[in-house]
Amino acid sequence: MRKILSITFIVCVALFSCRKPETTLPSEEIRIDGSGMHLKYVKGFYLLNEGNMGSNKASLDVYTYDDNTYRRNIFGERNPDVVKELGDVGNDIKIYGSRLYAVINCSNLVEVMRASDARHIGVVSIPNCRYVTFDGPYAYVSSYAGPVAIDPSARLGYVAKVDTATLTVLDTCVVGYQPEEMVITGGKLYVANSGGYRAPNYDRTVSVIDLASFKEIKKIDVGINLHRMCLDRYGMLWVASRGDHKGSESPDRSKTFVVDTHTDELILTLPVPNSNMTICGDSIYVYGTEWNSVTATTEKSFGIIDVRSRQLVSSQIITDGTQDNIKVPYCIAVNPESRQIFISDAGDYVTPGKLYCYSPKGKLQWSVTTGDIPGHIAFF
Amino acid sequence: MVHSSVMAQDFSDIDSVQNIEEVTVYGRRNVPSVIPAQTLAGAELKKLSSNSVADAIRYFSGVQIKDYGGIGGLKTVNIRSMGSQHVGVFYDGIQLGNAQNGQIDLGRFSLDNMEAVSIYNGQKSSMLQSAKDYASAGSIYMRTRTPYFDGDKNNNLDVGFKTGSFGTANPSVLWEHRFNDKISSSVSAEYLYTTGRYKFSYSKVDGYDTTEVRRNGDVSALRAEAALFGTLNDGRWRVKTYFYDSERGYPGASVREEPGKFKNEDRQWDRNFFVQGSFNKTVASFYNVMVNAKYAYDYLRYMSDPRLDVSTMFVDNRYRQQECYLSAANEFTLFKWWSLNLAADYQYNTLDADLNEFVYPRRNTVLAAAATSFNVGGLMLQGSLLYTFVRDRTDIGGATAGDKHEYTPSVIAKYKPFKKHDFNIRAFYKRIFRMPTLNDLYYTFIGNKYLKPEYTTQYNAGFFYSREFKRSFQYLEVQADAYFNQVEDKIIATPTSNQFQWTMLNLGYVEIRGIDAVVQTTWLFGGKVQMNTRFSYTYQKAQDFTDKNSPYYGSQIPYIPWHSGSAVIGLGYRGWGLNYSFIYTGERYESVANIPENYAQPWYTHDMSLSKTFNIGKVRLRATGEINNIFNQQYEVVQCYPMPGTNFKIKINVMI
Repeated sequence: MRKILSITFIVCVALFSCRKPETTLPSEEIRIDGSGMHLKYVKGFYLLNEGNMGSNKASLDVYTYDDNTYRRNIFGERNPDVVKELGDVGNDIKIYGSRLYAVINCSNLVEVMRASDARHIGVVSIPNCRYVTFDGPYAYVSSYAGPVAIDPSARLGYVAKVDTATLTVLDTCVVGYQPEEMVITGGKLYVANSGGYRAPNYDRTVSVIDLASFKEIKKIDVGINLHRMCLDRYGMLWVASRGDHKGSESPDRSKTFVVDTHTDELILTLPVPNSNMTICGDSIYVYGTEWNSVTATTEKSFGIIDVRSRQLVSSQIITDGTQDNIKVPYCIAVNPESRQIFISDAGDYVTPGKLYCYSPKGKLQWSVTTGDIPGHIAFF
Repeated sequence: MVHSSVMAQDFSDIDSVQNIEEVTVYGRRNVPSVIPAQTLAGAELKKLSSNSVADAIRYFSGVQIKDYGGIGGLKTVNIRSMGSQHVGVFYDGIQLGNAQNGQIDLGRFSLDNMEAVSIYNGQKSSMLQSAKDYASAGSIYMRTRTPYFDGDKNNNLDVGFKTGSFGTANPSVLWEHRFNDKISSSVSAEYLYTTGRYKFSYSKVDGYDTTEVRRNGDVSALRAEAALFGTLNDGRWRVKTYFYDSERGYPGASVREEPGKFKNEDRQWDRNFFVQGSFNKTVASFYNVMVNAKYAYDYLRYMSDPRLDVSTMFVDNRYRQQECYLSAANEFTLFKWWSLNLAADYQYNTLDADLNEFVYPRRNTVLAAAATSFNVGGLMLQGSLLYTFVRDRTDIGGATAGDKHEYTPSVIAKYKPFKKHDFNIRAFYKRIFRMPTLNDLYYTFIGNKYLKPEYTTQYNAGFFYSREFKRSFQYLEVQADAYFNQVEDKIIATPTSNQFQWTMLNLGYVEIRGIDAVVQTTWLFGGKVQMNTRFSYTYQKAQDFTDKNSPYYGSQIPYIPWHSGSAVIGLGYRGWGLNYSFIYTGERYESVANIPENYAQPWYTHDMSLSKTFNIGKVRLRATGEINNIFNQQYEVVQCYPMPGTNFKIKINVMI
């Protein structure tokens, strides 16, 4: 019996491995095939992976053109002293001046880094922060967490005005329900109010804030569940609605709207499903991924809109037949110099996603594995 | 008569457990089970350092507990990696339901009045059991204390108090009364309060090192049960009411935050009530009948209040479930070697929720089971067929899922090749499904009415061996099983166009290959010092084969360690009891992407308890001290849900 026990013990020790001291995960370097490209202005881009809510897995990747290398998960390695890494759900990333700003939604903060190497500088504390934009010495951050009304479910969001020098919130301006993306032009800030938490009573407005007084001066009635925004060079504001998630048959499906920022009026509604868009020159690249809860299927579409004619000029972006590689398009960006088109794929959301790079003509050039839910790109 | 011995086990070991307690014999001799089964009962169960049934179940092999940490954190059990919703949980013989999400929080069930906790792979193989006993891929049976009176005593009273770490106060009382030879009663009540606060730390050797306090994990819970037990000529009955009322904080995931800036204040209230009755009788030498009935009401309120925590959005949802259940089972012993079980169950469930566009589902379930058992020589063969019919109704016609008609078989065999040795070879095959829950189908926006049932197929082969010795080494029991399971049409939550909008899909296919092994021994040194040991080991290779084109095709599914095990060593000497227990969970991944970012460290905890029983006249007093996680290991069972470090507990019980 002693023998049996001692054998059992040895087997146990052999099988049961012990804990290793936990170290910061190193980043992973991926050489992209081919010689890469040498551009005059654009050196590369950062990609923010959202990571699933509650998993603290937001992560930062970087691609540089000169060595044609993609580096995955660089934040921890470059900032080993930042407690619990980048945080929970990365929702937006932008470069302004020499700094890189990452909005970390469920960590309730904006992480401010050096744009050159993503080293931590500081944080701006904003509860339930969503998107960031800039003007002069200020950053503007949209947030769901406005003042709580008598009916706590009717809680408006706000836009916070942040001093980029001191990283403090100077002022807030209450807007609509669950505000999302913002655009600044002509001394005014436009923010898309979604009301996503109030379904089916979504918000349908764009709030206009006068930046000088930092007061909301108008609400433009546009459409339900607004999310994305971009501005063309003619002063037209393009706004995307997520729709009611009931698919292509629904009158309230995802759409694209145009607001004239000279008059602050809605001037056009395009029946183009719009989950995300990016503007480059006079072209808006757009995709729609609509969940149809009636048929339990995903409806996927791509398109290019000419902002001069305000028409869909192409219903494809990818021209080499590789669009079916993308399971769930999750972000889109166009390199302003090379005009390469980048589209990310969130896949099943719980495993690493993919980033696809297409030529300006829509031919696949390369692809790379990202972090979980690759969501936002900022060129530098 | 294997079937009747299993049957007998169910009722007779109630007494044997009592006897164990009275004479404080350590260990429990299992009747060789035709199906892989494990039981912790009586003194052995009492001595484990456990707050709840979930903690005790960790000692079984083939089981993984998902534990969100602390006393109040959700704890669900997963048997052989098929998923927690495939586990049927039975309380005194009748299944605990949760039609809403199919999830039973075993952390809610106290061990205070628990007599035995058993786990069955496949199904319990009694020949007199309800159709529901056939309807899960694996089952847990919790059995509360049945009154037992020494000599001419007519009352038993046990008053207890527990206190210790996490600001815990836990008084309890149990009163058993004998009205006459035929009827007795039991009343049991317990109150638990804990602040749920504990320190935890996260660190990297080359980077940050932080220690924080887990907060908003407080629990305040009241449990009250009353039962009547009766015997009749060749029969018995029992009626039980159960009430549980709790309020708890929901501490949430521990993610990056500015320290102390925003405090999680989410709260949850639960109220559960049920009344259930059971009756069984031997009508004729060849015919036994059992009737079970139950009514249950469950209320849950979840609130997230931005007035308390500005970072959160307002949520205040109430869910109300009702369940009615009726079952009849009939056992026919046609010959000594051939018996039959015919059972039929009916169940009605409703779910109300104050959600927008909610469809108020109602579910009718009919189950019918036919089983037969042959017992010839050393060979025992059982086969069963279960028919399940499910019809849902909702307030909006087009929202209703279609009717389901499913037939699921099982075959069980056991062979005892040697008359003189208690060595048994056993095998089973079973195919069963779980219905999509009412949430899966109908939860506003998330639900998907097109969901199909999620099927599991199990193949198992193993052995059971036991032997008694006349030396200080008194008893040895070894059981081991190897198995292959398939989970088809696995219901998976997946985000749709953004990560705040999820839905349910029949997406997954998983194959599980595993080995469960348990070795138990009993020793007696010098006629006075008793020792009892229990070792368990589990190997599981649980692979996701959902998508051939995925780079993670064939990877280990989340949170399933390849290796896990436990060890328990108990020593007893003249009313003293010393117990050591060890739990090991090996390395695993938090996602099917088995990459370094998702790697989860192994964890292992060492617990010790010391108890002493005194007799002061007619009063018995037991004092127990516990120290858990002795080496203060900082670990997580679920990503971002830190577990407590070293903690203490003191228990005093006064028994009259």
